[in-house]
Amino acid sequence: MKATAGNPLVEVLRRHEAGILADWLKEQARSGTRGDAAQDNEMRTTSREFLAAINDGLAGDDVDGTGPRWARAMEILSALSASRATQGYSPSETATFVFSLKQPVFARLRSEIADAATLAEAFWTATRLIDRLGLFTTEAYQRTREEVIARQQRELLELSTPVVELWKDILALPLIGTLDSSRTQVVMESLLEKIVASGASIAIIDITGVPTVDTLVAQHLMKTVAAARLMGADCIISGIRPQIAQTIVHLGVDLSQVTTKASLADAFLVALARSGSRIEAGQAEAA
Amino acid sequence: MERIPILRMGRFLLVTIQVDMHDQLALTLQDDLTERIVADRAKGVLIDISSLDVVDSFIGRMISNIAGMSRVLDAQTVVVGMRPAVAITLVELGLDLAGVRTALNVEKGMALLQGSTVA
Repeated sequence: MKATAGNPLVEVLRRHEAGILADWLKEQARSGTRGDAAQDNEMRTTSREFLAAINDGLAGDDVDGTGPRWARAMEILSALSASRATQGYSPSETATFVFSLKQPVFARLRSEIADAATLAEAFWTATRLIDRLGLFTTEAYQRTREEVIARQQRELLELSTPVVELWKDILALPLIGTLDSSRTQVVMESLLEKIVASGASIAIIDITGVPTVDTLVAQHLMKTVAAARLMGADCIISGIRPQIAQTIVHLGVDLSQVTTKASLADAFLVALARSGSRIEAGQAEAA
Repeated sequence: MERIPILRMGRFLLVTIQVDMHDQLALTLQDDLTERIVADRAKGVLIDISSLDVVDSFIGRMISNIAGMSRVLDAQTVVVGMRPAVAITLVELGLDLAGVRTALNVEKGMALLQGSTVA
């Protein structure tokens, strides 16, 4: 949409920038944006900059919010949405920032333009513009939230797979949560890296925290065991609960290639015996 | 012609694979190794693949073949120094090198061979 020389919206916005800003801030305060004095101050600055950016954008040919002249306005909106998303504002609270601009702008248009046709056209332009900016805000908000979720997923993945050194030559890998293929990949990698770093020859995989073992999970476990074996480390699977033992047999999963133990303690004893170490009662200062 | 060197360490043979394997090289290695096992009356073969970044099913099969041939000639094979990425690749390819013994490094592999051939 091209701006005609005397686009009424552009004229009105430019002439009443200060007034619109004041009304807009009032509108924002009324629509329940939370905040203390410092945040109010920041809000005022952001709003003023944003209004100036809109005026900048409108000075060009594109009055519908697309084009390079709007880069500044979009940038402000992105930053605002991002900071609000991380502060825990709701999407509507975030979008209200833009939508509350409607009322003051429309009021000014109504009082300034007498001709009905011009007024209608100006309304239409303003609505299109503000809706577009509002949608952009919501999208930016959504994007930030998704980034947060993705980061949390990554962190969860890393947090949930610690490899601990139980004894010289003995590693333990307590698995917690469901094993899917991407987690298996992470588990496998961290286990193998740790085997290289510590030179361990026995790894105990404890599945007490794995809620269910189906054929897929079992297959992933076997893969991890096979990979560890290729690196020269024997694996023991421990923490098999009674129900899981039943499920494994019912599913026909073959775990005969791997040593399995009911508890981590039993597995640890086996590992100690294999590595030639032992713990005696009263041995306080264990290696 | 390029060859993979075979070093003798006591009763064992040490093969270090440091170049990209291809068919001819693998066949030459199998020839050389079987000859040397017989000539030196070797009891064990250590294959060090710690400098291999990339493996494929071909190398996996070659290692299995060498292990099989050595076993027939009464020598045990230990593959040592496999990298984590290589291990994961082999497992994903479905090659778990069953029947081949493995160790983390040459030292541990040697200990493994000594432990098992004395008995």
